[in-house]
Amino acid sequence: MGWFGKHRSGLRAKERLQLVLIHDRTDLTPEELNALKDEILEVIARHVDFESDAVQIAVEHDGRSQRLVADIPLRSVTRRRAE
Amino acid sequence: MTAEVITLSSGKGGVGKTTAVANIAVALAAEGVKVVCIDGDIGLRNLDVVLGLENRIVYDIVDVIEGRCKLRQAMIRDKHLPELHLIPAAQTRDKTAVSPSDMVRICNELRPDHDFVLIDSPAGIERGFRNAIAPADRVFIVTNPEVSAVRDADRVIGILEAEDKRGPSLIINRLNLTLVKQNDMLSAEDVLDLLGIPLIGIVPEDQSVIVSSNHGTPVAQDPRSRAGQAFRDIAKRIRGEEVPFLGADKQAGLWDRLQKMTGRR
Repeated sequence: MGWFGKHRSGLRAKERLQLVLIHDRTDLTPEELNALKDEILEVIARHVDFESDAVQIAVEHDGRSQRLVADIPLRSVTRRRAE
Repeated sequence: MTAEVITLSSGKGGVGKTTAVANIAVALAAEGVKVVCIDGDIGLRNLDVVLGLENRIVYDIVDVIEGRCKLRQAMIRDKHLPELHLIPAAQTRDKTAVSPSDMVRICNELRPDHDFVLIDSPAGIERGFRNAIAPADRVFIVTNPEVSAVRDADRVIGILEAEDKRGPSLIINRLNLTLVKQNDMLSAEDVLDLLGIPLIGIVPEDQSVIVSSNHGTPVAQDPRSRAGQAFRDIAKRIRGEEVPFLGADKQAGLWDRLQKMTGRR
């Protein structure tokens, strides 16, 4: 058994439910969410440079409301000029 | 006297709705307040057997709606608690025999002479559920600390939000503290965090629930039963008393965290 083996099944249940509830509440499948992320980044890339390895986009929940939270670290202009 | 109408619902079947209705009703009536419970599960009635009143049924709710008897005649008085009555479901009909406006009318007729009307909603989110929530002033969502039950509870909460009902409260039923300590069961905090609604009760898994349902005597009447205590606590909270939640004395700080999560502060 791995990290979420039989002794951690409560944690596994919570993680599975978090994903299922996001889907149920937003009508957004994991595939659609990934497509959405790609499109968002595509648009942003047209305007600014960002650190693509450090990008984090996820649906978070706060009580009964969902929000799409994006953390996209931008590359500074001075660094771009130096490159 | 104007009764508060409380509907218990869950989405998923088998989580303990009927048991919860019977026990909360018994606990309230034991405090001397006037309670009517209505079995909303037309065609699959069960609240009568859980309360041990199955042999006393003459008329049911569909007889009232279709004018074959007066509301009073369909109200069965409990064997032990004179303040408790049951309006049974029809067994040979289906949910289309009752409409949401029938339920509203019956509850309005009951309101002046009672303190609480408790409605046992059928499983599912169709007609029977719509009937059960139509007259509700408050809705309690019953769930188990288990993936499918929590998911269905979330669906029902979403439907209630869309209906503009007063925000529902949560009953977490059949919590097994041993499994929670082993990290093999969702904790009460996990369920509250996932569902995001206030808590009204945590009922531990307890074999005495099955034993008392065999007898047709709800466990809330058993002073030694832990589940019975949890149901009596829910009855007190309904009446506005502040009662600590299960396990608060064993797990330091749980009470504080639960209160924070339920927004009671």
